[in-house]
Amino acid sequence: MKIAGHPVPHESARGHVTGEALYTDDLAGRFPQLLHAWPVLAPHAHAMLTQLDASPALAEPGVHATLTVDDVPGENDSGANRRDEPLFPGETMYHHQPVAWVLAETLEAARRGAGRVHATYEVLPALLTIPDAAGAESLHAGPLRLHRGDPAAELRKSPYRLDGSFEIGGQEHFYLETMASIAWLDESGGVAVHSSTQHPSQTQEVVARVLGVPRHLVTVECLRMGGAFGGKEVQANPWAAIAALGAWKTRRPVRVRLPRVLDMALTGKRHPFLARYSAGFDEEGRLLALEATLYSDGGWSLDLSEPVMWRALFHLDNAYYVPAVDVSGFVCRTHKTSQTAFRGFGGPQGMLAIEDILDRIARRLSLPPEVVRERNFYREGQTTHYGQPVKDAGRISAIWQQLLQTSGFAGRRAAIAEFNAAHPHRKRGLAITPVKFGISFTAAFFNQAGALVLVYRDGSVQVNHGGTEMGQGLHTKIRQIAAESLGLPLDAVRIMPTRTDKVPNTSPSAASASTDMNGAAVADACDQLKARLAPVAGAMLGCPPDAVSFSGGTAHGRGNPVQSVGFAEVVEAAYRQRIALFAQGYYRTPGLHFNQKTGQGEPFHYFAFGAAVTEVEVDGFTGEHRVLRVDILQDVGDSVSPLIDRGQVEGGFVQGLGWLTLEELLWDAQGRVATAGASTYKLPSWCELPEVFNVDFLERATEPGVIFGSKAIGEPPLMLAISAREALRDAIGAFGPGGVVALDSPLTPERIYWAIEKGRGNLILQTTADSGVIRA
Amino acid sequence: MSSKKDPQLPAERKGRFSRRGFIRGVGIGGGALGAGLLEKEATAAPPAGGVVGPGAIPITLNINGKPVNVSVEPAVTLSDALRDYLDMTGSKRVCDRGTCGACTVIMNGKSVYSCTVLAIDAQGKNIETIEGLGGPDKMHPVSQAFWNNDAQQCGYCTPGFVMACKGFLDEHPNPSPEDVKHGLGGNLCRCGTYMGVRKAVLEAAAAMKGAKKNG
Repeated sequence: MKIAGHPVPHESARGHVTGEALYTDDLAGRFPQLLHAWPVLAPHAHAMLTQLDASPALAEPGVHATLTVDDVPGENDSGANRRDEPLFPGETMYHHQPVAWVLAETLEAARRGAGRVHATYEVLPALLTIPDAAGAESLHAGPLRLHRGDPAAELRKSPYRLDGSFEIGGQEHFYLETMASIAWLDESGGVAVHSSTQHPSQTQEVVARVLGVPRHLVTVECLRMGGAFGGKEVQANPWAAIAALGAWKTRRPVRVRLPRVLDMALTGKRHPFLARYSAGFDEEGRLLALEATLYSDGGWSLDLSEPVMWRALFHLDNAYYVPAVDVSGFVCRTHKTSQTAFRGFGGPQGMLAIEDILDRIARRLSLPPEVVRERNFYREGQTTHYGQPVKDAGRISAIWQQLLQTSGFAGRRAAIAEFNAAHPHRKRGLAITPVKFGISFTAAFFNQAGALVLVYRDGSVQVNHGGTEMGQGLHTKIRQIAAESLGLPLDAVRIMPTRTDKVPNTSPSAASASTDMNGAAVADACDQLKARLAPVAGAMLGCPPDAVSFSGGTAHGRGNPVQSVGFAEVVEAAYRQRIALFAQGYYRTPGLHFNQKTGQGEPFHYFAFGAAVTEVEVDGFTGEHRVLRVDILQDVGDSVSPLIDRGQVEGGFVQGLGWLTLEELLWDAQGRVATAGASTYKLPSWCELPEVFNVDFLERATEPGVIFGSKAIGEPPLMLAISAREALRDAIGAFGPGGVVALDSPLTPERIYWAIEKGRGNLILQTTADSGVIRA
Repeated sequence: MSSKKDPQLPAERKGRFSRRGFIRGVGIGGGALGAGLLEKEATAAPPAGGVVGPGAIPITLNINGKPVNVSVEPAVTLSDALRDYLDMTGSKRVCDRGTCGACTVIMNGKSVYSCTVLAIDAQGKNIETIEGLGGPDKMHPVSQAFWNNDAQQCGYCTPGFVMACKGFLDEHPNPSPEDVKHGLGGNLCRCGTYMGVRKAVLEAAAAMKGAKKNG
């Protein structure tokens, strides 16, 4: 029996499809005396809080208490990477920033109470765009820099040179479950917190910091999340801290749950970027030199913006070898929400830049973009611009060739040319793009994981590990890994909700590495248990311990397949022999190092590869488009759970498609998020689903040194959607005479329409920013 | 025992057919019938055209075939009544304003966003929620089809999707893929599981037809 590698539905699927799976806010009914929290919101993007009197809220019927800075027994800060996020600010740094909270018997009463709080402000000037912030030298970090060779000299020598810049929009996570937390004082004087968080250990740390207590007094539990996508990697912390502070002050359970409009107004998004670049290349389209500067809109606090920028710089090469490189990044400080982790973590923005450059080079030279891309691929033995050898570089072109074949690329190119010649007002476009994505946290210390596996005397098993479940299927894979390791059926293994009192000091579930790391830690624990059980089983079977194997819920002696003994019997015998039936597992990713000063090192354990072919059709009158067909070939190694991996590929692509073609974040001139709901912020729905969607995995792709030979899958597929953007560019180009098609992102119908008009030479109307709306 | 194939649960034929038949009967014949019955139960229901509130008033909701008494302010939505007052947390609160479908329930045979229905307006209506469809051990064919096709990831949109799917299939037992696109276009999934849901809906349609024939 083989359990790992089988397609199994999500571990909580039965709960999901029947509504029985519980999420943090579903627990509210289990807490008598629960208080509900509502924030007092600053009405300016940037202001000094000159006066705050929360006491009028107490006159509102149902209001029980207020929370202000005076209630904080510990440190008034929830910052993750820098102490720059006052929980109760004196200087408000973004529109709607909470300055106080009201706790009441009902949410309505809390909201009405918050309306009574008296606050006055002295308004200060606000920086709302990357150019404004960069111009004012308002920076959180930078320059961060990676370089190789002498690109300035190479640029001078290059036969061709391309200079450009373009804007890359941000993205709202829109995890369906908004930020949620419930905190209460437990029976032993500690603080217990249910939180929808990707990083329970850091939520614990921030709660302890705010309360001024040691971390052992705080227990954080994450049952599961209704989506997170990076949005709850650090930004779940302040809401948990408010709930805990409320419970600490009132001795009653406190619930904080952001309604959608507040969640969108208060929490960070994928970073908007501005990319400026100069590229040198030859007549065949080979890159010779690249200079680029990336600016990200970090928002009001540092958050994870620095590692996000690093990852953008690490992925400015995507799958391409560039001999001479000098790339720098600046994180701009603006008076907006603090932008944060989002699936891909800067990688998508970096890759988008190089794909933009390559497509423009191809069109400048009148070469097919896929030919130019392929000519620039990494070959075996080459290293990245930060000095890491590209292991398995040959897979890039192997995947490429296979996908060109299976997608019928050449034939469809010809068919599309025919279609376009016959249709003046509708054009089709086709593109193939690769993805090479580095796997590991770039903060090396995060690359460790722990597990605690408990075996009970009836042979049933509880598995605790440091990862959190947000829908990505981590618990499903861990369950398969544990069952496979112990030779048990899936039903014998129960994955426990993630708690800081089971596995301490965990890393966030992020960087696509949760299965790699937590799975290896769980397997380590299971291997220890097997090693302890093997002598017991051997004695029962009459064979030496090293001849014992565990599978199908039984222990067998090698060479004597008839004889076997049930796992539960072995466990019971071991118990009576006083053998410990629980084990802690641990894993640290080997061999990672990176020097930020020199910009050199090997920050990644390996690279995940993939490629996608996308075909689109664009309407020349409206700029509307349809995705006709998508073909994906992804390298997942030996998949632990093919159904889960397929879902990650499909879902990641759709989310990337949203980022690149639909989802446009807008802020108004006052710094308010103007797209603060699903009615104004367009998310992918059924209508944008590709009509044909083929997903395949690369075969014979075992990844040595990773759990069961598998590879990470959480983030890489998002960037496959860049093929859709390039296909749209292809279609837009077909409306005009050819040549370079310059495009900002996202490619909304509006932008496509104006790009078509510009390509046709019809751009009489200039779009002016009179509307007061600021693009991200 | 093996992981991959949790034994497929046989479609739960007996009970489901009769229950659906009952609901259909009510849905067609009589909003009036249902309302009439419930007005008697809801002793303090607001008089037509009268002013109620702002304080809580007692109402009776007919949920999954059972009358349930609850006291809510008139501004409370059906979604909040289910989740906050009745601890029926299957339907989810996501967008808060009628755009995502995660709070979908079926009211008098039609899928509705429960976040845009006031609880007091739901009196006298037959309300079906995910809790009434059958639990993990006795899954409804729609839930079963979602499970079979792994048509979920984080699961937060799933109860709403399942209810929207059931409401849609009750009205359109022979849908084409294009019908499905329109029929379920009011539900959003941020994980991007639409491919699986598309398969699930078509499979559920076949299963429900089969069940009807056999029933």
